[in-house]
Amino acid sequence: MENDLVLRVVGKLLIPFILLFALYVQFHGDFGPGGGFQAGTIFAAGIVFYALIFGLDKARRVVPDSLVEAMLAAGVLLYAGVGVAGLLLGGNFLDYFVLDQDPIHGQHRGIFWVEAGVAITVSGVMLKIFYMFASRGQRKDGEE
Amino acid sequence: MVVAVLALVRTRNLFAVVVLFGIYSFLMATVLVALDAVDVAMTEAAVGAGVSTVLMLGALHLCKSEEVKMAHRPWLPLMLSLAVAALLIYGAMGLPDFADPNAPIHQHVAPRYLQNEVDVPNVVTAVLASFRGYDTLGETTVVFTAGAGIIALLRRRKHRKPEGDRDGK
Amino acid sequence: MSSGGVLEHFTYIVTVFLMVAGLYVIIARGNLIKKLVGLSVFQTSVYLLYIAPGKLLGGTAPILAPQYTVYSNPLPHVLILTAIVVGVATLALGLAIAVRIKETYGTIEEDEIMAADNAVQAGEDARRS
Repeated sequence: MENDLVLRVVGKLLIPFILLFALYVQFHGDFGPGGGFQAGTIFAAGIVFYALIFGLDKARRVVPDSLVEAMLAAGVLLYAGVGVAGLLLGGNFLDYFVLDQDPIHGQHRGIFWVEAGVAITVSGVMLKIFYMFASRGQRKDGEE
Repeated sequence: MVVAVLALVRTRNLFAVVVLFGIYSFLMATVLVALDAVDVAMTEAAVGAGVSTVLMLGALHLCKSEEVKMAHRPWLPLMLSLAVAALLIYGAMGLPDFADPNAPIHQHVAPRYLQNEVDVPNVVTAVLASFRGYDTLGETTVVFTAGAGIIALLRRRKHRKPEGDRDGK
Repeated sequence: MSSGGVLEHFTYIVTVFLMVAGLYVIIARGNLIKKLVGLSVFQTSVYLLYIAPGKLLGGTAPILAPQYTVYSNPLPHVLILTAIVVGVATLALGLAIAVRIKETYGTIEEDEIMAADNAVQAGEDARRS
């Protein structure tokens, strides 16, 4: 599909907007619809779109396998880390009130980091699943 | 939506089934917006009509299967399904009416969540991340486990014997 | 406890129909991928089951704003958000297993797989006895 002009042009126009929209949904999750899950899925969808148009190898160069696998684990660790930070600062596990002097601002911080962790894990998993399915087919075709 | 599902049940071409599933997910997202569930609709549209359809297409390409064999003697499952439907509808008649403000669902915890103790306007995000943050931690772990499971199932070893491990062990 | 007739319970009827349609696809079709699609339909009907009772007529989406006083119930939204993501995780794992089955057995029709399993089992029993 690399040689199709319409797809390439539309892809180059749309993909930055998709990634930007994913970031927008992530950070505006407090004030409008959105949050971690939606943002992670939209981000992964943008990269999948890129991989569909320009080929899996190019997508693997942009977002390599090791980065995706690291993202998988980092998100969960970030989430648990926020919980443990609550513990270390004197409150309960996953307590946001102790994260800042002003308890309400502590809530904002806690929610921000937690949603970031969720988005990282979700986008990593979606992307990894796509890579697995796509590369499985590729190697089969290469052997036969 | 009902029409899409009926077509989905009857269709035998698997590619058409996947496309119908995408249509059905999109219609479900629209219905969810009509029911004031904007976060859920966004997630359903992104996940159901986006990622799910892509994954099914990928699996379909890997399985290289196009047609479904006609099931022989589908009467028993049909009777069973109709019996289950009758039972469920009979039970559902006792549930509260649609949009009844006095239903128990609105009484206990929801008013407290809507009091906005944490100064975050999007109540769903506040509940997900702060009031019920422990559940979201568990869910993130579930997603991570699914990713790890997929890696375990579909990974190929880097070193391959010359005789060819053809079944991908 | 309810006073309405069929019209007030319309959403439940649609939900039950979708649920039973998904159930029928799971038990009556032999193709593994179609079964997984039926499972997804079943799961989406459960989303409808939870969210429909949370809606209040004249209410709005649960995003607090000064000009609205009536909000639809946010609690089912939270539960269903989790359920959607877990559902796609399940679907992905099921598809991966289907792909592995295809590579091992050569088919994803359930009766052919069971026949192959029975043949292998009969061969082993004959060899052992």
